[in-house]
Amino acid sequence: MSLFPLRLRDVVFRPNGRAVLDGVDLTLSGEGITVVLGPNGAGKSVLLRTICGLLPSTGGVIDWGGGSFDPLAVGMVFQHPVMLRSSVIDNIALGLVPRGVGARERRMAAMAMLEQIGLADRANDNARQLSGGEQQRLALGRVWLTRPRLLLLDEPTSSLDPSAVEAVERIVRQIRTEGTKILMTTHNLGQATRLADDIVFLAGGRVREHVSVRRFFSQPSSVEARQFIQGELPWHLAF
Amino acid sequence: MGGFSQAFADAFSLLWDFDARVFEIVLLSLQVSGLAVLIGTFIGLPLGACLAVGSFPGKQTAAVIVNGFMGLPSVVVGVVVYLVLSRSGPMGDFGLLYTPSAMVIAQVVLVVPLMAAIARQVVEDTWRQYREELAALRFGWRDTVRVLLHDCRFSLSVAVLAGLGRAMSEVGAVMIVGGNIDRSTRVMTTAIALETSKGDLPLAIALGMVLLALILFLNAGAFALRTSVMRRFE
Repeated sequence: MSLFPLRLRDVVFRPNGRAVLDGVDLTLSGEGITVVLGPNGAGKSVLLRTICGLLPSTGGVIDWGGGSFDPLAVGMVFQHPVMLRSSVIDNIALGLVPRGVGARERRMAAMAMLEQIGLADRANDNARQLSGGEQQRLALGRVWLTRPRLLLLDEPTSSLDPSAVEAVERIVRQIRTEGTKILMTTHNLGQATRLADDIVFLAGGRVREHVSVRRFFSQPSSVEARQFIQGELPWHLAF
Repeated sequence: MGGFSQAFADAFSLLWDFDARVFEIVLLSLQVSGLAVLIGTFIGLPLGACLAVGSFPGKQTAAVIVNGFMGLPSVVVGVVVYLVLSRSGPMGDFGLLYTPSAMVIAQVVLVVPLMAAIARQVVEDTWRQYREELAALRFGWRDTVRVLLHDCRFSLSVAVLAGLGRAMSEVGAVMIVGGNIDRSTRVMTTAIALETSKGDLPLAIALGMVLLALILFLNAGAFALRTSVMRRFE
């Protein structure tokens, strides 16, 4: 059963009375890359965690194409990925463990994935000794190996140098061409223009705008989006 | 002072001559404590990890009980195991009382809470860091426990060593359930207690030196192994 269109209706996340998501309405198609932009504290990461099922929404509805939520079809990569105290190949095969894949098959699939993300020569190295960019590529490969229908990326390149960002973006594009829907957050407007098909602009826990990337940057319709692009977001929306 | 010097000289002589009685006792001690720690590892570490990761009613109470049982008096454990294994007890038909098996059971009861409590703390600290990532990869609690136990293996060696130290140095429980029978259930600690009370200091000192050396040797070996493996994966 398809997960799409994924519809969020009036989704609220209000821990301890403070609204982090304050009635999010959003519809996502099953293709392309949607980038979520917004100031710090706008609720971008919380939105992704809520969709992933890591945080329970305190109100509203998430409708998965009329069907039920299939956790195995949704993957997520975090800003600071966890690396087990083990080899690169063990780390990349990790995602297949809960899917009941046998050890031999896991290893073969992991090796093929390492070739794809350019880390095959590091297969037996300590994963914790990889650079930040390599760790993020490993984290992407780990989730890609599980063939998710929806991939959530929470600022995957926030602390990487330009060459590492380029390598991660290349993998993100590859994942997209395989038909995986990608929903990612970033603070890098250049990255948004390079990767996004459409932009969701979030501020104050609400979706202020959801338009094509070209339209967002050329004709932002909301005042908040215009101010964000110009770097003039008022503090009360940011915090 | 002369008596002490003579006792130490005789103790060294017993060790130098590979006295059969000494090494019989040492061997039985290693067998009993080694098996108890092995069983304790398979029970205590997963139990501690489940307490760290699991979400169930009474979790906090269970954690408090496990922590409290770390300091369980060995004589109390001895009495309880004695009652369970005695002829009129629930496991009396097995005829285990005054056998090495009874001593293993008593030591398992002693080391499991200690190992579980240390494992719970170690695994919980790691789980806090990994929780979201493992949840996003859709790990169930069983797989989570397995992965965390493997990932914490270096730190968990401390729990195993603590268990080994407790098992090897314990005297009260094995005395009660083993009976300290010569050539049957006499281990280093019970033999030291008996020989000292009898005034046979050379044997007591010789066994004491072996006990100390074994504990130091095992700790040093585990430390070296842990350091070298950690260097590779940290």
